Amino acid sequence: MDVRFEILRFDPARDAKPHWEDYTVELEPTDRVLDGLEKIKGERDGSIGYRRSCAHGVCGSDAMKINGRNRLACKVLIRSVRQPIRIEPMMGFTVHKDLLVDMEPFFKKYRSIRPYLIEASERPDAERLQSPENREKFDDTTKCILCGACTTSCPSFWADPNYVGPAAIVQAHRFIFDSRDEGKEERLKILNEREGVWACRTVFNCVDACPRGIQVTRAIGEVKQALTRGKVD
Amino acid sequence: MSLYRGGIGQWAWLLHRLSGLGVLLFLVIHILDTALVLWGADLYNRVIAIYRMPIFGIGEIGLFAAVLFHALNGIRVVAVDFRPAWSVYHKQMFQAVVVLFFLIFIPVAVIMTGHILEGMHG
Ligand code: SF4
Ligand code: FES
Repeated sequence: MDVRFEILRFDPARDAKPHWEDYTVELEPTDRVLDGLEKIKGERDGSIGYRRSCAHGVCGSDAMKINGRNRLACKVLIRSVRQPIRIEPMMGFTVHKDLLVDMEPFFKKYRSIRPYLIEASERPDAERLQSPENREKFDDTTKCILCGACTTSCPSFWADPNYVGPAAIVQAHRFIFDSRDEGKEERLKILNEREGVWACRTVFNCVDACPRGIQVTRAIGEVKQALTRGKVD
Repeated sequence: MSLYRGGIGQWAWLLHRLSGLGVLLFLVIHILDTALVLWGADLYNRVIAIYRMPIFGIGEIGLFAAVLFHALNGIRVVAVDFRPAWSVYHKQMFQAVVVLFFLIFIPVAVIMTGHILEGMHG
């Protein structure tokens, strides 16, 4: 079937501002939006810029605004979206070209919450054991693929680009609620700052945008509660 | 660039902000008009008389709607913040806010409209 796309194109070397371009390509209803982009790039205009790698919702590189909401292009079926399919880059990042955005500030925030196991006490001789109940506490937040869909769907982030953002909080949650980790205080201190969790206004756009179905607002709420009660449980 | 479409949560948040701003605007005006009494009872009475015009009656219904929505959704926001596990049901909670809103708003608006009409005719 013929599928119509409208893509927000922008090449800072040539254009003063972004503009919409129309493309119609032949696709199956069971194809993904990413297949459409590949076809457009392959058959119509090789200059269009976007990221993708796995094409199976695993790597997190093709988050973009599809019909007004952040989605992974490789997960959205053509038959499930209204045409013309309007595609734009994620909001709040600098656009390098077309759908390609500068993710560096995003990863900088990710690094700021120290996303790795921190050990303060003596290293044990054997494996660090954990009960299934303790593992369950942060199971949801282990699923994050750092696509950026949540952070760039968040009005608090659009208003303040320095807000650490839902993705970094999800990643911090994964360690804060891990019984084996000993860097909780440090991470909680970072998230207690003005541009930390308190900038979250429970808008829930992140939950709608997350391709992994993570309960992002819940995770942020749990961190807020840990800060208010001064303990993690 | 187009608007971010978001979901129920985004529109609940926007309405919450707008109703909050509306109530704030009313409070500022109310403080100012009350302050007029400093210039004497006469001026105060003349200004307050303007409020009896039907257009202000309609404004009052709007004010009630804003306060009511802000209060009901405020409970939802507090619940979500203090009981993160409930946040999974934020959409259902918003539906409850809407139902409660109309259950309370409709009868009150009918009574208030009655008062406006009475004022106009007699
Ligand atoms: S929490 Fe979800 S939306 Fe946010 S970066 Fe991780 S996978 Fe993407
Ligand atoms: S291309 Fe890897 S997640 Fe879509």
